[in-house]
Amino acid sequence: MAKPLGTTTHEHAGSVDLGMPIPHGLDGIPRLAGDAKLTKKDYTSDQEVRWCPGCGDYIILNTVQSFLPELGLRKENIVFVSGIGCSSRFPYYLDTYGMHSIHGRAPAIATGLATSRPDLSVWVVTGDGDALSIGGNHLIHALRRNVNMTILLFNNRIYGLTKGQYSPTSEPGKITKSTPAGSVDTPFNPVSLALGAEATFVARSLDNDRAHLSHILRAAAAHRGTALVEIYQNCPIFNDGAFDAIKDRDQQQARLVQLADGMPVTVGSKDARQVLVRTDEGKLVFVPEAEATPERTVVHNASDPDPSQQFALSRIDDASMTHVPMGIFRQVERPTYDDLVRGQIDAAVTTAGGPAGDAELATLIAGRDTWTVA
Amino acid sequence: MEGMSGTKTPLDRVVIRFAGDSGDGMQLTGDRFTAETAALGNDLSTLPNFPAEIRAPQGTLPGVSSFQVHFADHDVLTPGDAPDVLVAMNPAALKANLPEVPRGATIIADKDEFSTRNLSKVGYATNPLEDGSLESWHVHPVALTSMTVEALAAYPSLTRKEKERAKNMFALGLLSWMYSRPTDGTRAFLQGKFGAKPDILGANLAALDAGWNYGETTEDFVSSYEIAPAPMASGTYRNVTGNTALSYGLVAGAHRAGLQVVLGSYPITPASDILHTLSGLKRYGVMTLQAEDEIAGIGIALGAAFGGKLGVTSTSGPGVALKSETIGLAVSLELPLIVVDVQRGGPSTGLPTKTEQADLLQAMYGRNGEAPVPIVAPCSPTDCFDAAVEAVRIATTYRTPVMLLSDGYLANGAEPWQLPEIAELPDLRVDFASGPNAEDAKGAPVFQPYLRDPNTLARPWAVPGTPGLEHRIGGIEKADVTGNISYDPDNHERMTHLRQAKIDGITVPDVEVIDPSGEARLLVLGWGSTYGPIAAAARTARANGVAVATAHLRHLNPFPANLGGVLRDYEKVLVPEMNAGQLAMLVRAKYLIDAQSYARVRGVPFTTAELVEAITALAG
Repeated sequence: MAKPLGTTTHEHAGSVDLGMPIPHGLDGIPRLAGDAKLTKKDYTSDQEVRWCPGCGDYIILNTVQSFLPELGLRKENIVFVSGIGCSSRFPYYLDTYGMHSIHGRAPAIATGLATSRPDLSVWVVTGDGDALSIGGNHLIHALRRNVNMTILLFNNRIYGLTKGQYSPTSEPGKITKSTPAGSVDTPFNPVSLALGAEATFVARSLDNDRAHLSHILRAAAAHRGTALVEIYQNCPIFNDGAFDAIKDRDQQQARLVQLADGMPVTVGSKDARQVLVRTDEGKLVFVPEAEATPERTVVHNASDPDPSQQFALSRIDDASMTHVPMGIFRQVERPTYDDLVRGQIDAAVTTAGGPAGDAELATLIAGRDTWTVA
Repeated sequence: MEGMSGTKTPLDRVVIRFAGDSGDGMQLTGDRFTAETAALGNDLSTLPNFPAEIRAPQGTLPGVSSFQVHFADHDVLTPGDAPDVLVAMNPAALKANLPEVPRGATIIADKDEFSTRNLSKVGYATNPLEDGSLESWHVHPVALTSMTVEALAAYPSLTRKEKERAKNMFALGLLSWMYSRPTDGTRAFLQGKFGAKPDILGANLAALDAGWNYGETTEDFVSSYEIAPAPMASGTYRNVTGNTALSYGLVAGAHRAGLQVVLGSYPITPASDILHTLSGLKRYGVMTLQAEDEIAGIGIALGAAFGGKLGVTSTSGPGVALKSETIGLAVSLELPLIVVDVQRGGPSTGLPTKTEQADLLQAMYGRNGEAPVPIVAPCSPTDCFDAAVEAVRIATTYRTPVMLLSDGYLANGAEPWQLPEIAELPDLRVDFASGPNAEDAKGAPVFQPYLRDPNTLARPWAVPGTPGLEHRIGGIEKADVTGNISYDPDNHERMTHLRQAKIDGITVPDVEVIDPSGEARLLVLGWGSTYGPIAAAARTARANGVAVATAHLRHLNPFPANLGGVLRDYEKVLVPEMNAGQLAMLVRAKYLIDAQSYARVRGVPFTTAELVEAITALAG
């Protein structure tokens, strides 16, 4: 990172040109003066953390607390809003402003806050049940509107706080307390869902890969618009080992597909590398590096306005976790809902010559058709 | 209109009902007649009545739309029980409205529309304009459609259908002549609406003139009428509907509080006009977000409230049901929030375009847990403005969600409004928390988000962006003072009592009792939009020699402090409500008095006559 966060940059080639400058995600949010710097400790609240021992949420919390000082923001201008579920306790442990709201509604509440307060950095913390089941509607609408906020979706593929029912991301056939004969639900792929919902920034990371997660958080914070970050998170009590296949060091390299913008999509170690190619039927398949011709090789383009290939990449993942893409799937610029809403108001106020006072209000309520009684 | 001839008969009051197909423009005709009437200085009250279907099949009973206006040379309290004049644009309009038109009243019908086909659509075997079945009424069959088409012969570019569409202006012209209404306002209105389409504008103006001239020249109408202006307090007036007044009240209240209005709303009848009106007020800094659903609407408002804005959500009963959980969250967070419920007939989808007062208990109790919410209910279309300002006062002073209970009748009904002075509205400036409000054990300054103001029991409103006051709030029970999560049994009980005590302690004005004779032993207690019918009925009853007292509640939670004493002062208490007896149940439970309920749920306001009967029977 050569440039400090908080400066306006346009690094993404091929972005949509809408004829207006797209500001940085943190533009308009007050920054610390001069050399002032905060530390992880400044972002740690006095509340005792109450997740189960070994919960993936601990690592994510640590990563976020360590990452936030990097933004250089005044911490009173940061707000974390959450819904209900284990992950939604997150705001209590950060010494910022925070709201632990109700099940599924955090994106709606954050929309009201972020739209009316451009000086705040707004973060939503949610889980697979909170965001994709009870709050599915709010999630997709936040994404299509492109409100300037970052949504961290902790996906542990299980309901933890209610003690172990299957979730909308649980694999088919999952045996849980509420599905003793196996789940018959088809799960959501959160990345595919977000891409289908017109999201402008979609990424995936892993709870225990602090460097990768920090990298994604950095890009998400810099993105102006709704950034959805899916974080695979282990629940040691009700779904332990759900992501072992991609966390196991021996298998990791063969399974994790690290997406890099502008680069061919590959998987595997140097001597067993496979490259993603497009077949004659248009399908994406991995073939040994030697068999991949340049014209068939799939080059990742996160800033392509057309999400088709990004969506196709999200579909190479399946329940077997043979190949799991990680990183930024999509990162495009589009005017944000909140900027446009405020822009209409600002324009109307400016055109009218400034904020309305008593006289203007009196004119408003009088309307155009009055009469006087002497 | 120069050179008007003929006699003019003075009248003191008239009720006119315009009725036609949903596509006939009856609401517009009624609106214009009302505006002309207001400009003339009559007091008035209106009642639009339309189907939920946008365009039900043409000429059928479900498609009938009507607009009733009551105007007089004295103060008008209701839209009128029954029309003196019915304008029926087709057989369906006649059939749907005739049961409410008293014998002896005038019926003006468009005889062109009384074709065999149209008659059979609504089950008339013979033409009622000709078969003698209407001989108890003064019937004027007028060829409205064909005379409109003839009058527009000079507009060859318009199709016959387009010409026919101007027949509502012909009807308006005729009625304007009959009741000596000035048409200048309507001309200006048409100019503004059709200025860009000269042919359409010309056709509408020509139809308006043709209607007026027809009245003047035909011998069918012996006389026209005039209604002298009503004596009204001096000042500047306009005509206003409840939804408009309520929207302006929110803006004015927020202005006096120094806050930006942020509305999160999902369209729903009959509340959508509040969303429309506020969406047009960007110049006044008003922010509106049309949400994906009712829950998001209130979520957006609550998020904005956390950020220091005046969060508002507007809806009707079904929407309140969906918002209940978030209202509970707002009770727990103790943030200001305004929930506007424009009540309609229920349960479920119920009667979307008809009025009812059946959400009182939902407003009062419709949440999980002990979640008290103050309730303010306007009593007339113009009172919607003041009630909205009052809701802003309570929400911001006490840091609580407030239910503002309007209804379909208030929302769409209109009456003259003496314009208030903005600078004379209450000063509602709010103080945001700006620094620590307590000390920790070691004497260091700290911020306690749930440390209360001893007078109001309100907690500090500490908005993000304020340094040093970073704090977390949520729906889990909070420890008194610190606001940290607490599962302590005694703390939960204390917090439950504190939240209740805060609402119980809201200062509201005493309820006023009106008993001109001072001898009444019967009190009629009302709330919300029944104010007009109750006042009119009490006036009539008193004129008949019945001693009756009235009291009207604008604050339903908490009740005015003097209410218990007032109720106990009377031998009998009658509570008329457009529900199954909800206020009656509340006052019986709270004050242990034997209140009698007069409860109707017909989707229309009470008539004065039925209340006079109920009052007389109980007072007897």
